Amino acid sequence: MNKLRADLRCVADWIKPGMRVLDLGCGDGELLSALAREKQITGYGVEIDVSKMVHCVEKGLNVVQSDLESGLSAFESESFDYVVLSLTIQAMHNIEGILAEMLRVGKTGIVTFPNFGFWENRWQILCGRMPVSETIPYEWYNTPNIHFCTLGDFDRLLGKLGMKIEEQQVLHAGEKVELFPNLLGSLALVKFGRN
Amino acid sequence: MSETHSSNSIGIVSPHKAVFEQPLTLASGITLPRYELVYETYGQLNADNSNAILVCHALSGNHHLAGKYSEADKSAGWWDNMIGPGKPIDTNRFFVIGVNNLGGCHGSTGPSSINPETGKPFGSAFPLVLVRDWVETQARLADRLGIGKFAAVIGGSLGGMQALRWTVAYPERVRHALVIAAAPKLTAQNIAFNDVARQAILTDPEFHGGDYYEHDVVPRRGLRLARMLGHITYLSDDGMGEKFGRLLRSGEYKYGFDVEFEIESYLRYQGDKFSGTFDANTYLLMTKALDYFDPARDFGGDLSKALARTQAGFLIVSFTSDWRFSPSRSREIVKALLDARKNVSYAEIESRHGHDAFLMEDAPYHAVMRAYLNRIAAEVNP
Repeated sequence: MNKLRADLRCVADWIKPGMRVLDLGCGDGELLSALAREKQITGYGVEIDVSKMVHCVEKGLNVVQSDLESGLSAFESESFDYVVLSLTIQAMHNIEGILAEMLRVGKTGIVTFPNFGFWENRWQILCGRMPVSETIPYEWYNTPNIHFCTLGDFDRLLGKLGMKIEEQQVLHAGEKVELFPNLLGSLALVKFGRN
Repeated sequence: MSETHSSNSIGIVSPHKAVFEQPLTLASGITLPRYELVYETYGQLNADNSNAILVCHALSGNHHLAGKYSEADKSAGWWDNMIGPGKPIDTNRFFVIGVNNLGGCHGSTGPSSINPETGKPFGSAFPLVLVRDWVETQARLADRLGIGKFAAVIGGSLGGMQALRWTVAYPERVRHALVIAAAPKLTAQNIAFNDVARQAILTDPEFHGGDYYEHDVVPRRGLRLARMLGHITYLSDDGMGEKFGRLLRSGEYKYGFDVEFEIESYLRYQGDKFSGTFDANTYLLMTKALDYFDPARDFGGDLSKALARTQAGFLIVSFTSDWRFSPSRSREIVKALLDARKNVSYAEIESRHGHDAFLMEDAPYHAVMRAYLNRIAAEVNP
């Protein structure tokens, strides 16, 4: 599990053994296969890209090819302990919809996203340019990202939706940042549930 | 259909015949005292008989899945692009079985077979068989071959329905089910198309109530129409438009009813070819098996309940332009399996080939199949 990407490692640390986990935008199944191996979870992935889906199938994972924008109607309410959405929410159209769906299907949601409040991003805006940084590696004209937020913004949206942060962690360059998270963290990880 | 001549073909194959003297009571209540099944096998059964794969055929298919009967044979088995050495269903690793379904017209006992009681073809006396009856006969063949549990049961369309029925009928005998371009049951529209096809055959003056063999005729016109109609539903509007468009054979209007548009020529050719080789009674029987298929029926219409007893891992595959059994039909199966908390993966393959896509060679489709079958191979360790 040491090989796991730093942000996924943090997500994995939040998940208790033997639980049911739904990984939205699961990519090549890195997180799910680590969780299956180390924590004996029952996992399902959702992935839109067939070539990534093939990697999941090779790893022996359950994966459903589907577009997250169309919701999670294939999944029964309250059928998972954790629903994970990593580094995807900033590229989605219907953010309120997917957050609501996550907590319909699961007890606990885990979302990771680039923190727009990171100081390098703020500085570049101050200098009159759209930020390009470790977690936002695109130029404004070729970015797939359409909904940026800061850690503070995300917290406020959860409040509006009747949800609350249970745990949060920010990272920069793969390292945990404990001081001034909304300023010094380029990547935010949030574990949330219903109020 | 694409004619793919792969170098890694299984080569020359030959069919076998199994005779079953043990009577079989069908879902309809009628008992067949004896019957025969023709089948082909490719690859080697491993030491613990755990690497067997059953491939179920669709409406007009048969047991000849792959390879050729002779060097001179022009066409290979119907799934030669999927089955063979090094192919997704790899005959170097799996023992693959194809069976001509009961009621078929390629050697297994069916309406055109001789009824031992009368010495004449069964014709109208041959009972209707359901998907579950096929599964029963396939299970008996598996017993005969010493196969307790299949590594996988695989099928497209009506074949996928057999794979699904297998997991419900014999949960402990199926390790994995690959259900491709199928549906959990037919819609009214599906049944309607089938009935028009049947009416074409039933109203052909040469049908003779199903006993046309005695009159030395076949209801060729009816079968031809049925096949033409079927072909329309196997292709997508876009795929058909791309292939034929409004192309005229002679380049100009002839103001008559002869073949003018290329699509007419294609459908008539397919209809003629099929009606010369396929048995009309078998066609009727196969379409009824489709219509009756509904594994949820015994469970108050709840598919998830029907699938609750299954023990297999599932791969469900659909194709975007398939409107006969559209992706939403496959998603019904996926949802029922998820609700029942079963192991399931689902691929929705981008394709313009309509329902026929399941027979075509397509890189993402074959990659998904290969990946899933690699995983099965690792489990059974052949």
